[in-house]
Order: sequence, then structure tokens, then C-alpha cells
Amino acid sequence: MHQLLKTGPTTMLLLGNEAIVRGALEAGVRVTASYPGTPSSEIGNNLFQIHSEAPDLLYFEFSVNEKVAMEVAAAAAAAGVRSLTCMKHVGMNVASDAMMSLAYVGVRAGMVIVCADDPSIHSSQNEQDNRFYGKMSFLPILEPASPQEMMDLTKKAFELSEALELPVILRTTTRTAHVRGPVQLGSLPEAKKESGRFQKDAKRWVLVPGTARLRRKVLLERFEQAMSISDGFDLNEITGSGDMGIVASGVSRGYVMDAIDDLGCKNQISCLFLVMTHPLPEKTIADFVVNKKAILVVEELEPFLEEGIRAVLQRMGVSTPVYGKNGEYFSRMSEFNPALVRGAIARFLGCADVRVEPLAVSNMPPLPIRPPSLCKGCPHTETYNIIKETVIGMGFEENVLYPTDIGCYTLGVMPPIQMADYLICMGSSVGSSAGFSVSTTQKVISFIGDSTFFHSGVSSLINAVHQGHHFCLVILDNSTTAMTGHQPNPGIQYVPPEYKKTRVTIEQVVRGCGVRNVFKINPYKKDEALPVVRQALSLNDLVVIISEAPCVLYAKKVGGRR
Amino acid sequence: MKRMKLLFVGVGGQGTLLASRLLGEACMKNGISVLLSEVHGMAQRGGVVESTVMLGGLKSPLISLGEADVLIGFEPLETLRAISYCNKDSVVITSLSPIVPNMVKLGASQYPDINSLFNEIKGMVAGFYACDAEELANKIGSPKSVNVLLLGMLMGTGLLPVSMESMEDTIRTQVKPKTVDANLNAFMAGVNLVS
Repeated sequence: MHQLLKTGPTTMLLLGNEAIVRGALEAGVRVTASYPGTPSSEIGNNLFQIHSEAPDLLYFEFSVNEKVAMEVAAAAAAAGVRSLTCMKHVGMNVASDAMMSLAYVGVRAGMVIVCADDPSIHSSQNEQDNRFYGKMSFLPILEPASPQEMMDLTKKAFELSEALELPVILRTTTRTAHVRGPVQLGSLPEAKKESGRFQKDAKRWVLVPGTARLRRKVLLERFEQAMSISDGFDLNEITGSGDMGIVASGVSRGYVMDAIDDLGCKNQISCLFLVMTHPLPEKTIADFVVNKKAILVVEELEPFLEEGIRAVLQRMGVSTPVYGKNGEYFSRMSEFNPALVRGAIARFLGCADVRVEPLAVSNMPPLPIRPPSLCKGCPHTETYNIIKETVIGMGFEENVLYPTDIGCYTLGVMPPIQMADYLICMGSSVGSSAGFSVSTTQKVISFIGDSTFFHSGVSSLINAVHQGHHFCLVILDNSTTAMTGHQPNPGIQYVPPEYKKTRVTIEQVVRGCGVRNVFKINPYKKDEALPVVRQALSLNDLVVIISEAPCVLYAKKVGGRR
Repeated sequence: MKRMKLLFVGVGGQGTLLASRLLGEACMKNGISVLLSEVHGMAQRGGVVESTVMLGGLKSPLISLGEADVLIGFEPLETLRAISYCNKDSVVITSLSPIVPNMVKLGASQYPDINSLFNEIKGMVAGFYACDAEELANKIGSPKSVNVLLLGMLMGTGLLPVSMESMEDTIRTQVKPKTVDANLNAFMAGVNLVS
């Protein structure tokens, strides 16, 4: 039995992401969908395993992208079935088109949108603070700080969602998603195999302009309601009685608590720890700030709380100084650590820090870096070598441009491969190839993986066919979403026996998009592949090369053949 | 219980996260407040892996420079890279078996002279325990249990607030059934090396 299906009450050492899954199970979630992305991937992985083991308990799918997953979960919640979708921060960019208007129609059963931000950019392409999506969409945000809260707030989010008839965003970060701690489990509801039923109401669910105007009004009313809920939110906590105030949320709460212990400054400080961070509890903040000499806001990334608090104080005509990201204390860059927060609090209070001198080894040479690299035997390495050899053989290595995409193969940017010249987001290899092909005379050869192609490469390929763009797109089909831990995608041909979903082959899709020049190679058969690639690269047209061989790690896992 | 901050560092594929999790599970069994953090993501691709084990009621998942009470390095270069997380009162446990990075293989940089550096470090910290963990693991027939061998060394220092039985029990229940004996052997070898 899956560990998260154990009956409570008991305590388990859970990863934050696992705790979210348990919370959703305890809340009776029925429909779940996701596209994988670090640091959110373990949520989908666990739901996938649970669905495989107990298909009657809940539905789960790895959708082709976050927007689709959002729509799957939204419809389920509209039909009266509790649902959840999860994504990394940049995944919300993809899903945002659905989300912004989903806020207008709302939900009937609870819907939770888990969004995992990545301060310090451990495994992402940017460091965006997705709490701003809450502001833009008017959706409430809860920010957990510990694995226990990951579970408890997931359950709470379902209740809140139903009270407001709005999806609720559960915003995590790398250091809450990937922190492991004891979680006191509650009980699981009895498995009910009840279908939802969608009650038609075009005046609510069909966003033509007239309806959208009405629904916007409803949304603003719901937001007012959310504001009053936020002000009475029982998990927002005030501690201490000092006249210097700290406001913090998420993982920063832990840094603040440890710092206060280390500095022994409990009596000088009061803390307002916010769990519901959107909409802000204005009255709570106002009451907290009264009698405080100054406020320090401790939050990673953007001054989201800080600006909100300033706005509240400005409306009250209170001029208590608010510090945070405006240069003196914290940077917008990177995640926090205990010493950084402790140092800031010491300066805020004007007390001495308790710094420990780090060990300084006198003759430490510069240490060789150990960046992640493509695995031994990886088919991507073979494909890169074949393309490189052909490009050199054809003599245009000085005039070639390699747009790339998001996946293991992005590591092709590292020596000795160094065949990655431009990357901004999922699917950008195809669209940017079009742009380079019309703006330069460079030969454009771009790379995209199978999962990323399905995620957001297909529409750009149709565009390239229609517009008549000339470039060569190499689709690196390793039959899995390898980077995030081997999740399935529609194209996979190597699957575990219990995986019965319909395969959509990349070649069919590419031909269906209207590409005339389609070549296939096996990257492990270099001698056969070289002339094919040479022929492909000699065409001054839109060309797709599908390089097909399973990820070596994945093949080992599912017993696939090479 | 006194607060304790342990930093585990290694290379993707070495089982660093499993080792820290085993310690976390054993602590939980002993009623000790524990929080672990893990860096996932690109780790599977042979990059650096770091995890922390925070004991005694700490709420921060991370350790700042100079603030690790114990550093457990699964690979000597990674121990060196993380050494500034230690201070004069820290205890260092390290494997001496190098995993040579690609940059070195390509001739782009040089693997450091670990012996002379560790000699210096030994005199700067409160405790220093090192062994050629791979060779030892091979010798006792547990080649894949370098991580648990180092966990055994940590146990052997007597610093951990958990009992021997609960640590062994945790290993028994948490590792793959087929590997229980190999792991217990490695664990005991580590314990005996230090205590």
C-alpha cells in the first residue's frame, strides 16, 4: 500500500510535497492533474502512484501542460468534485490564461492550486514571485511554513475554496516543498465513488462579455468576503509583546523564530506570522502596528507583504517605518538563510549579532566545480555528437545557431558539447528558431525533448509550417520526462505494464502539423544516422529530425529495450 | 535536547538523501524534534547534493556558513567545498574516496591535494574522522552502502541523541529488504571505525 494511504492517526516523516498529497487525500480530493516541475514534482508523482494503485480513490493525470491540468481540475470543481492541480512557478505562467478567467466563474467544490516558487533558482529559468498572481486573479493565497502546515493548509484550502467558491492558491517554495519533517496525520475519509454532476448555467459558466462583466462583479464581492476571512484567519499568529515588529510568512517564519532564540531578544520583539497572505488581513496588520516603533518584513523574493503593509498604513495615516527590501535589510535576490535573517534582525534591534567565524583553510586551492551533466550513455550526448560532426563536416560550424529547450538536454550548454545558444522557456526552441530564421542568415538547428514538444512545441511547429520558416528542429525523444523524475507523456513507447494510456507518436504529430521533411535516427547507430542528418541539414526548408532512444535510467526502470 | 545542525554533502547517486532520511527517521522514533531539507532537481545528473538534519527544535531548514555542528562528506572534494560551513567546534566526518568531476577529466581543472588539506583541517576542528569509505565498503562486501557506512561513523562519534538499536531498527525497516544485511554490515563497520 502506498505510504500516504496509511490510516491515521500516526506521525510520519514526510516531505512537504508528500504532506500536501496526504492533506488532499484527507480532504477527499477526487480529481487531480499536473505537469511535472521542480520543486513541485513529488506531488504529481505520489498522486500518479496512488491513482495507479487505487484508481477508484482518485483520478490523476500527467497532463501535457499546466494549462490543460488547470482546466481539468477546474471543470471537476465546477462539477462539484474536489480537485487539485500543482505546478512550479513558471508553470503558472502557462496555466494563467485559464486561471485568470477561472477566477470569474469560480468553483462549486473545493479546488486547490499548488504553486511552487524557486527562490535562488535551484532548478528553474527565473525567480518570479507568484504571489503577484494572487493579486492579479483575486484568488486567495495560503503560505505554509512546515510539512505539518503543508498538510493542514491543504485541507484548509479546500474549505476556504468552498466558502468563497473560488480556487485557492497554496504557495510553497523550494524550502517548504523539499523539507522533511514529522507530520501528524488525520484520518482518511471513506472512499466514495460518486460522480459529480455539472449543473448548466450559462449565466455563470460561459464567459461571453456580458456574463464576464457580471462575474467580475461577483469576483470582487468574493474578494471582499476573502478580506474579512483573512482578518479572522485563525492560523495567522501574533507572538511576543515587544515594541519592535516583525512580519513574516512561509519559510522565513522559521528563520525569524530561530534568530529570536539565538539573539535572546524575545522581549523586544513582536511577530505577526501570516499564513493567509492574500488578501492581506488589513485590520490585523493595523492592530499589530499600533504601538510599534518600526516594522521589519521578512519575506523571500519580492516585497509583496511589505508593499501591502505600506498601503494599509498609508490609508490609516500611520507613519511607522516599514523596512524590508528597500536596500537596508534584505535583497530581492535569492533565498534566505538563518544567519542572513538573524543579522538583519540584530541590526533592526540595534543589538549584537552572535556570529560564528567560519573555518578558513589557508591553502585552499580553487575547487573544480561539479555541475550536473548528462548521464553516462545518455542518448542526448550521442545525438549532439552526430549533429556536431555533421555540421563540422558540412563546414558551417561558424554559422550555426542552436536554440534549445527545457529538459536534461539543456545540459548541452556545458562543455564539451556546448550546443545551446538561446533558451527562455518551455517550447521556446521552436518559436525562437522561427525568429532567428527570419532575422539572421545563420543556419538554425534547435533542440526540444519529447515532453516539452507536447507541452508547448506543437503550436509553434504548426506556425512554422504555415509561415514557411526554414530551420531544423531536432526532437530528442527519450520516451519520458526525464529531468523531473521520469513522468510519462503522450509519446512514450516504453511504459510499465500497468500504464494503459493511448500513445500519440511524435512522428504522426509532426507530419500532421504539415512538416514535409521528417527524418528519424537512432542516436546509438551513428553510421546510419550521419548520412540522414547530412541530408536533412542540406535542405533549405523546415526540417524535423526525430532522434529516438529511451533515457538510459528510465529504460533500466521499466525494462525498456534499446 | 541541545540543538544540533548536521550538513550532509555528496555527489548525485551516492545516497546522501537516504542517509539523512535514515537519521531523521531514527530521531523521530526517539521523540527528538527533527527537520530535514533536501536539494532535488538536477541532483540525479551527477551534481552536488546537499541535505541538512536539524535537531532539537530548530525551525530553519538551512545552515549558514560557519554554523554546522557536524559535516558529513560523502566525497572528499565535496567535504572541502563545504568546509566553510564548519567552525572550530565542528566535527567533520569524510570519505576519502574521490569521485573525479568531469571538469577534471577534461583537463579544465585540477583535483585538490586532499591529504595536505585534510591534515590542516584536522588541527582546526573539534573532531575529524576520515576513511576510504569505498574501499572499506568493498572489502566488507557492501560496495553500495558507502552512505550507511558514513552514517555508522557518525553514530560512532557518540554525538547523536539516538540509540544504536533505533538506528539499526530504522535501517532494517527503511532500506530495500534485499540490502538490509549489506547496510547493517556497513553501518557497524562505520561505528567500529570511530568508536
